[in-house]
Amino acid sequence: MVIDNMLYNVGRYVSLLRSAVARPEKFSMYYKETMRQMDAIGVGSVFIVLLISVFIGMVTAVQFADQLGDSFVPSYYIGYIVRDITIIEMAPTITCLVLAGKVGSNLAAEIGGMRQKEHIDAMEIMGVNTAAYLIMPKIIAAVVVIPMLVAIAAFVSIVGGYLSTVVPGSLSHTEYVLGLRSFFVPRYVFMMFVKAAVFAFLLTSVSCYMGYYVKGGSIELGEASTSAVVVSNVLILVFDFLIALLLT
Amino acid sequence: MIRTEDIKKSFGENDVLKGISTEFYAGKPNLIIGSSGAGKTVLLKLLIGLFKPTSGKVYYDDTDLFSLDDDALREVRMKVGMLFQGNALFDSMTVGENIRFPMDMFTNKSLGEKEKRVDEVLEMVNMEGINDRFPSEVSGGMQKRVGIARAMVLEPKYLFCDEPNSGLDPKTSILIDELINDLTHHNKITTVINTHDMNSVMGIGENIVLLKDGNLVWQGNKNEVLESDEQVLQEFIFASPFLRRLREDALKQRHAHE
Ligand SMILES: Nc1ncnc2c1ncn2[C@@H]1O[C@H](COP(=O)(O)OP(=O)(O)OP(=O)(O)O)[C@@H](O)[C@H]1O
Ligand SMILES: [Mg+2]
Repeated sequence: MVIDNMLYNVGRYVSLLRSAVARPEKFSMYYKETMRQMDAIGVGSVFIVLLISVFIGMVTAVQFADQLGDSFVPSYYIGYIVRDITIIEMAPTITCLVLAGKVGSNLAAEIGGMRQKEHIDAMEIMGVNTAAYLIMPKIIAAVVVIPMLVAIAAFVSIVGGYLSTVVPGSLSHTEYVLGLRSFFVPRYVFMMFVKAAVFAFLLTSVSCYMGYYVKGGSIELGEASTSAVVVSNVLILVFDFLIALLLT
Repeated sequence: MIRTEDIKKSFGENDVLKGISTEFYAGKPNLIIGSSGAGKTVLLKLLIGLFKPTSGKVYYDDTDLFSLDDDALREVRMKVGMLFQGNALFDSMTVGENIRFPMDMFTNKSLGEKEKRVDEVLEMVNMEGINDRFPSEVSGGMQKRVGIARAMVLEPKYLFCDEPNSGLDPKTSILIDELINDLTHHNKITTVINTHDMNSVMGIGENIVLLKDGNLVWQGNKNEVLESDEQVLQEFIFASPFLRRLREDALKQRHAHE
């Protein structure tokens, strides 16, 4: 029963995405919509991303400093650890989990509302490919903008680590920067962007799917919005693991 | 012209349409009437392909609607306008942007040309000057007119209206009916209207289809409605004693004339 339901949803999700990949009726309309979404998803999320990542950087640095304590590990490792943890895991994963909550629920509610108010039917009757017009611009916008947000998050986390160790004086500026410059693996940055793009795709496509097939009324709309967040989060974690397996 | 061939539609156990074969003519308002739950909305949504029938066919002139692939279906739909029961105006766009939307999507007209056409259709529905208002800022009757204006903006060959005058006062409903009637005749549109408004039936009913429990039980025009002794029809249309008396008077008058 549960399996049936899951397979049904996966099938419908795939076929929705297939019809979303189509030649735009009018390029300029899709372009405009993509820009609008970039603004909403990107600019609209900068503040929360900054806030979260500065704290993550601070916490990582402070806790790692504590764990190092008086051990033999040189203290400049703090900079190195903060950098790698942030780039590999924290920036892409935490940022996208948060964005799934903020952007995902929003997309599901927006599209679901359009479905319930018959806006989607109205567009279909005009001859618009609604799967394409309502979904493709959002996915493109997210896949372009969210990796940028993630890069900002990584940078800000590293600054956060600096703020919580160098500024109070538990670590010197030179040590932190030395740590940042040690053992750098460019592949990790590549991995960060891969994760960010994959997560961005997952969270937008899943949320749009949840909204697109909403039935009923406001309770169902709320449920769709919740499932958008929950399912996106689970998938982000699963793919985090898969990408880690594949790319390390 | 739209023709249906033995259309059946079930939702699970619920057989909503049980074999509808009929024709809807070009240049005439075609009315689908029937009590609540008779299947009017389902039939209308089948006619435009929002639902797929369990069996049976829908022809647009000679095109079999359900044999078309998605692209060809969209091709047909560009010739279709629809007024939804709940209007389905996009609430984050102004009235002007709503009406412009189909042109934005499907034409290469300049902004100026599009704005001109918006003004034109707004004038057609007697609503000039409300371009910059949002749908939530105009009354229900005005929203209907805007809905009609948006449906008409690309000069459709087929127009579908789901209960265009539900929730409107009798005078406004008659205005809306006349508007749809004029547009239909003037532009030779195949118009299909769902209604249970008796003013519409007697006012613009040139081809009336009565549905009952998923079957087509009567078809004719407004004069035949008056004359027909068909039980189901009379029960449905002349439901109140007052209307029954009116009908008898009308028939008497007509026969006195002859
Ligand atoms: N999407 C759907 N899923 C399942 N059943 C449906 C669906 N849409 C309509 N029905 C069923 O079809 C039947 C006919 O509904 P329909 O909306 O066509 O009635 P109607 O004639 O338009 O009534 P009204 O005048 O009240 O609008 C009802 O029994 C309804 O439960
Ligand atoms: Mg109905």
